[in-house]
Amino acid sequence: MDLTHETLVEAAKTWGLFYLIGFSLCVLVYTFWPANRERFDRAKRNILDEDDQPWT
Amino acid sequence: MGQLTTRERELAAAILVALAVVGIAMAAAGRADPLGVHGAIVLLYSMVLLFLIMSTSFGPAPDPSRVSRYYDDPIKVGVAFTLFWAIFGMFFGVWAAAQLAWPSLNFDTAWASFGRIRPAHTTGVIFGFGGNALISTSFHVVQRTSRARLPDQLSPWFVLFGYNLFCILAVTGYFIGVTQSKEYAEAEWYADLWLVIVWVTYFVLYIRTLARRREPHIYVANWYYMAFILVVAILHIINNLTIPVSLGHAKSYTIWAGVQDSMVQWWYGHNAVAFFLTAGFLAMLYYYLPKRAERPIFSYRLSILSFWGITFFYMWAGSHHLHYTALPHWVQNLGMTFSVMLLVPSWASAGNALLTLNGAWHKVRDDATLRFIMMAAFFYGLSTFEGSFLAVRPVNSLSHYTDWTVGHVHAGALGWVALITYGSLYTLVPAIWKRERMYSAALVEVHFWLAFAGTVIYVFAMWNSGIIQGLMWRTYTEEGTLSYSFVDSLLAMYPYYIARAFGGLLFLIGAVVATYNIWMTVRGVPVAGGERHDDIPLAGPLPEGAATRPAE
Repeated sequence: MDLTHETLVEAAKTWGLFYLIGFSLCVLVYTFWPANRERFDRAKRNILDEDDQPWT
Repeated sequence: MGQLTTRERELAAAILVALAVVGIAMAAAGRADPLGVHGAIVLLYSMVLLFLIMSTSFGPAPDPSRVSRYYDDPIKVGVAFTLFWAIFGMFFGVWAAAQLAWPSLNFDTAWASFGRIRPAHTTGVIFGFGGNALISTSFHVVQRTSRARLPDQLSPWFVLFGYNLFCILAVTGYFIGVTQSKEYAEAEWYADLWLVIVWVTYFVLYIRTLARRREPHIYVANWYYMAFILVVAILHIINNLTIPVSLGHAKSYTIWAGVQDSMVQWWYGHNAVAFFLTAGFLAMLYYYLPKRAERPIFSYRLSILSFWGITFFYMWAGSHHLHYTALPHWVQNLGMTFSVMLLVPSWASAGNALLTLNGAWHKVRDDATLRFIMMAAFFYGLSTFEGSFLAVRPVNSLSHYTDWTVGHVHAGALGWVALITYGSLYTLVPAIWKRERMYSAALVEVHFWLAFAGTVIYVFAMWNSGIIQGLMWRTYTEEGTLSYSFVDSLLAMYPYYIARAFGGLLFLIGAVVATYNIWMTVRGVPVAGGERHDDIPLAGPLPEGAATRPAE
């Protein structure tokens, strides 16, 4: 296939835009997936834990 | 380095000998070329480190219990590098600013001409100060949030010293006239190749630490650090694809031609702002802000959304640096659109930070360190708004090539990057040196007001001068000729240039105060076991100081 400037422009102007929207939708689903709520809550609290040693 | 095992020392010595041989080869091949000078610097640097390794080799074997503690020694050296480069870079910034007001301050020398000390300033503050702060804090944050020690003791040192060798080669090169003439990518091909090696090691080290994590979820700060490391590697490699004149020559030519070169450069340049000066510092914000405020982040979900927003959108924004150029119009539009969209994830992060503090404003009032972090979030919101605004093409027609851009960059660099860094350092330093608190809370307060006043003076001076410049350059007479010559606009800038140099000077004094305060904190006495409860290992108290100090 001939990879010309026009081919790249075509690709960038069509699916080049939509795959980003696709990604964004996946992220939104991941963020608001109900099962993840508990994990995120734990993550935001755990860093305040005052124990300064690696876990074994 | 006292915790290094014999095997790690041997490996370190082997690497340094190899590096010294490379230095000799560069010196031999380069001869009178600047490459020869850099060969000598590489040789000297590796010999000094080799001496350090050898001279500490005959001490007792490292304490086997070290693996049950975090590895903080490289962070301590990294903090020292950070403070050194801050003063170095800001000093050159003040000097360059003063040269604009009083040009004779180059003393008629080549090395101190504006064109050479200005990149010394940008490299010193961005890569020297910012980069070392990012590396040090990332080693701290990744260990704490993963509940795992760094996987080995050699690669963190390799990353730290290797990275600083890159900074030294870059900055010394500018003084002797070595440059690729690319903004934020001035260092020549051999320094760039070296940085690739260092950076890949950094990436692998980070992944290996995360792979050892005991905490199942990877905290959001690590995602930001990962994005920073990974994207900077990609940007650096692609923008620095060059062909040297010969292996004995410092000069190289880029493989990109014409407008492609501009596009690649500003794709790099803008993402250097995004992933070097934003993503990594947001990682600091998402770790040190909750730690210091002792409150969890307002919304963890929002932090995830802003992370992905930033990674998706920033990649496309670079072309807004090339409005009204030979770059195709649709590419300019693309950059402009994504720049405006960027406001959403940027303000999400800034808002998330400020809402975290909602209900704890009394802490912000009493604790200057937390105020550094709060003000950084505020300036982050301010400069990202300004950035999206300046990227709009008609606005850009007024602002481009004027001091407004410089003001915008410094609202980000001083107000956001430097303030969050110092806020993080004031949190980090007592933690890793096991001190109860900083040596002097009053000096932190002094530093805050110097930094804040310096930033405000600087930014207001540049807003004024930039807008005046932009307007003077586009004012026409009734006959259709330009009303003002370039020199007219230059004369109008004079008071603002003095104000700017003064603002920068205040900021520099603040950095000196911070260095003194941190030095005195380090020299102070560590807290006795039991007082700082978060530093006590679970399996009973250790002898005093053993938790931090290598077993000499």
